[in-house]
Amino acid sequence: MSNINKLFNSELKVINIGLEKFYQDLKEQKVQVINVDFRPTAGGNKKMASLLSKLM
Amino acid sequence: MVAEKINKANEEAVKRMMSAQPTLVGIGTAGKDIPNMTKKTILHAGPPITWDKMSGPLRGAVIGGLIYEGLASNEEEAIALAESGEITFDSCHHHNAVGPMAGVVTYSMPVWIVENKTYGNYAYCTLNEGLGKVLRFGSYDQEVIDRLKWMENTLAPVLKSALEIAGEIDLKTMIAQVLQMGDEGHNRNKAGTSLLIRELAPYIVQTDFSNEVKAEVLKFMHSNDHFFLNLSMPAAKCSMDPLEDIKYSTIVYTMARNGTEFGIRVAGLGNRWFTAPAEKIDGLYFPGYSEKDANPDIGDSVITETYGIGGFAMASAIPIVQFVGGTPQDAINYSKSMYEITEAENDTYKIPVLDFRGTATGIDIRKVVDTGIRPIINTGIAHKDPGVGQVGAGLVRPPMKCFEDALEAFVKMLEEEGVV
Repeated sequence: MSNINKLFNSELKVINIGLEKFYQDLKEQKVQVINVDFRPTAGGNKKMASLLSKLM
Repeated sequence: MVAEKINKANEEAVKRMMSAQPTLVGIGTAGKDIPNMTKKTILHAGPPITWDKMSGPLRGAVIGGLIYEGLASNEEEAIALAESGEITFDSCHHHNAVGPMAGVVTYSMPVWIVENKTYGNYAYCTLNEGLGKVLRFGSYDQEVIDRLKWMENTLAPVLKSALEIAGEIDLKTMIAQVLQMGDEGHNRNKAGTSLLIRELAPYIVQTDFSNEVKAEVLKFMHSNDHFFLNLSMPAAKCSMDPLEDIKYSTIVYTMARNGTEFGIRVAGLGNRWFTAPAEKIDGLYFPGYSEKDANPDIGDSVITETYGIGGFAMASAIPIVQFVGGTPQDAINYSKSMYEITEAENDTYKIPVLDFRGTATGIDIRKVVDTGIRPIINTGIAHKDPGVGQVGAGLVRPPMKCFEDALEAFVKMLEEEGVV
């Protein structure tokens, strides 16, 4: 059995990063899951992320 | 290295905010007490704006202000005068003043005088007229002008006289108390108004005015749940002004709207405004009105949120959701989310339902841009046309562009200095 199949045949414990919908779906399916409220810096705006990085 | 400079400057900024001691010291008149006023000066809310770009409610309030001052006898004359270039329009914020909604202040208007005892600076604000058809929402009919005259000739002299007997009133302690009593100091001021009446009533009765006049004054204050707003605002204003020109600070010390644009000013960038078109308000409307009638966001009252109360303290004022919309949990979530974009937790203004956690204090433009979370503001909604008045209340946020432009200017300034 491949490693990936071993994983899916075991009890899943999931850390969801970003979109909360995936977390909600897993929760409804009684999968053990926690959600990390991650957003990219400046919502992915490269110019703003670059400006912020200059102030680090 | 640069982060250290900014963090140190921001610590100083919130230290100044939290060590401020806003104190009501008296009542004066705009012409005598507000710096650089002339008989033909009209102050307004928000960043500076010219007559041709003013929104309906601001134009309405200007028309009313000119009639009230006797500079025009009707709407047509007032418009002609406003268009003539003879009137100096300027932002309240450039004159140590703040005004709710249209924020129009003219020469003869009585003003509260609030002193920041820690730094010795002053802030001024007119007295609150009540809700509905009032000047600050752009109404200017005879009823509005008559009320303003009564406020000038009766209300203000009685309160001034009472304050002279009572002495100064500590507004900081009062604001801290009202957050424990269901107010947030912007759109819910029932507790603040009640406490103010409690402070003043024993002295109003000691003044030399007739019993009839004293009763009129007390009834007017009692009938207006927002009477305290025009004190929480200058309290916030005089607490924020000492932040101007704290080098390297990224803390916002002014947020204000004129009904056309939203503007912010940042401590490390002096008195420069960063503006963007004001947004529509998501709110609840009075019967007969809908969002089609609404003017975009307007008023200086967002100085309360800048100071860490108002929308930032909504969790203290759960019943406010019946006025501005949303659920009690929303109110709690709004207050909690503001910790993501601020420098500190207030050491005086506490929220009972959050285990007496201090309100989120000191908006950092870096955190706003980084997280994408914009400050939450609860506010009144004015009709878009002059002369109508208030049509509802709701929630709004500043445009992100204000914060992005400020961040860009801040980095540019540091680059020019060779700091980054």
